[in-house]
Parts: sequence; C-alpha cells; structure tokens
Amino acid sequence: MTSLRPIDAKAHVLGQVPYCSLTEQQQVKLRAIIEQGLPQVAQPYLAIAKQIDATEQQVLEQVAMWQESGLIKRFGIVVKHRQLGYTANAMVVWNIADADVEKVASKLSLYDEVSLCYRRPRRLPDWPYNLFCMIHGTDRDLVLGQIDKITNELALEDVQKDVLFSYKAYKQNGARYGKNGQKS
Amino acid sequence: MIEASAKTKIDEQTDRKRTHEVVELTPLDKGLINLLQHGLPVCERPFEVIANELNSTEEEVITHLNQLLESKVLSRFGPMFDAACLGGAFTLAALAVPDERFEAVTAQVNSFEQIAHNYRRTHQYNMWFVIATESQQEIYQVIEEIENMTGLEVLNAPKLEEFYVGLYLPV
Repeated sequence: MTSLRPIDAKAHVLGQVPYCSLTEQQQVKLRAIIEQGLPQVAQPYLAIAKQIDATEQQVLEQVAMWQESGLIKRFGIVVKHRQLGYTANAMVVWNIADADVEKVASKLSLYDEVSLCYRRPRRLPDWPYNLFCMIHGTDRDLVLGQIDKITNELALEDVQKDVLFSYKAYKQNGARYGKNGQKS
Repeated sequence: MIEASAKTKIDEQTDRKRTHEVVELTPLDKGLINLLQHGLPVCERPFEVIANELNSTEEEVITHLNQLLESKVLSRFGPMFDAACLGGAFTLAALAVPDERFEAVTAQVNSFEQIAHNYRRTHQYNMWFVIATESQQEIYQVIEEIENMTGLEVLNAPKLEEFYVGLYLPV
C-alpha cells in the first residue's frame, strides 16, 4: 500500500479555457447526467460526451470550470457511515455568546474529529443553542470522551451544551438540487 | 402491546446490535474509500490515476467501486454540487415527538418528497430532518403542512454561517 494522500485534482485538469464551448442545452444535459453519478467505465467523460454530442475534451473542460467556479464542490464519494462502523454520530450543540461564535467555531474546526461546524439560530425559550458541530465515531463512550477533551481544551466547561446521538436513520437519500433537480 | 418507552429501548438495543454487522472490506476497498473521500481527479482516465496511487489496476478499481456501490457502502459517486449555487433552499428542522406517536409521525414527515434525511436522536427534540426545496417560500409551506398534519411545532434551524465542512471517515 502506498501512503494515502489526497490527489490534487487541479494537477490533472487539462488546459483551462476562458470560455465555454458547450451550448446551454448541452450544459443542462451534462449536469443532469453527472448528477446521477459518474459512469464507472475507464473513460467516463468520453461516455458522457457521446451522450451529449460533444468531445471528451469539452466535457472535461466544462467540469473543470464548474469546479473552479464552486458550482461543483468536489468529485468523490458519499459513504454510508453506519455501514462502515461509524454508528456513534453525535450532533453537539452549544450556546455560545454571539461575540465569541467565530473564535470558538474556528477552534472547533481544527479538530479532526469535528466534521461540520455551522451557526444556526437560537429558538428561545426551548432551544438556546446557536453553534452545531458533528462528530462521527465508532463508539458512543469514545465520542463522549472526545467531546470532554475538546470542551476542556477550549475552556468551554461553563458553556451550555447538549449532545444528540442519532440511533436510527429513518430516511437517507440525496437531496434534489434546485430546478430540474433529480432525486439521487 | 409493548409500552412506548420500552419499545424505544428495544429499538436502541437493536441498533447497537447492528453495529456489529459492519461490512467486510478488502485493503483495496479501504484504500478506495479513504482516497475517494478526498475527491477524484478530473481527467480522461481517473480510475487509472487512482489505481496507480493504490498499486492496483484500472479494471480492478472499477470492479471494486461497482461492488461498493452495489453493497450500498457508498451512496453516491460523482459530483457534489453546491446547493446554494443551484438555487435550492435547505433547512435543518426538528420535532419533539411523544414516544407513542413516533412511528406515526415519522411516516407523516417522510411522506413529503422534500424531506432528504430523517434521523432519530437522543433528546426531547428527537426527530431531526433536512428539508430541501426549490425556494425559501416552499420551506415555510412544508413546515406549515407538517405542523398542521402532526399538531407539533417544528423547530426550524437553517444554516446561517458555515465555518467548516470536512467529513472524512477513515476505514
């Protein structure tokens, strides 16, 4: 096994072009096709190009451009975390003073265990929490230990918080995207 | 007829038991899952690049990837679009459901096609789901319909600021 390091996608992108050579209609079709996932064949972009009467090069350039512009966040996989043994999934919610949110969030985000960190509105009186983060682990006690460690290291012992473990997914499917979106 | 709270306990135990039924993965599977979570290169032969990285072959990588998708270890393989760029609207919402009504309310909530995820969680607010629509207006409509249907008040917690997203689950 080689050591695993992220592949630099940009290093593989072919020459950037400043204009788009696909028609509007081809772009719409292309988006609909790749939203369904990438074909698992040796040359996936060639397979798609054939479907929309374009060249492989045109499709690659368009996808690269969408990545550059941020429309496509990344190309990769979504794992079913439960299937991989990540069954202790905690949503940790904090009641952080508004003035400190940014500072605390940036510190929380440095932890490998923390996979998401969002600010959301408080809904008083029942819901005082304004900062949410997710921690995925293989064991609840382990995750609770990680949360304690983080709380102590960031001196958040006096901050009101709550830990919500999920213990069953009742529905898990991809969201639809905007107009013409397909359920994935 | 099992009492509701007892039933919840049983659910929870079953769920804990299921944790031992984790899928068996080969070293190549693990390598693929770890590597592809970082992304896939956009080039003519992306699977060849991945194969070189994992001392494997293009064919082998494609075969294993197919198996992982078929066995539902992976739910998606392809581009992750930025929903906001595409003009969709999203929110995270929650309900505090009395135990004895949990199943019925789950069915009611899941009957909306705009519900993308629905998790039961250990809290008074025990049902958490994502609402994905084409417009902000439609979010409010769905919330109102859920409230009318269930008689429960929806906690609406949209994302105001994103500080970090980087889900990486090494196997």
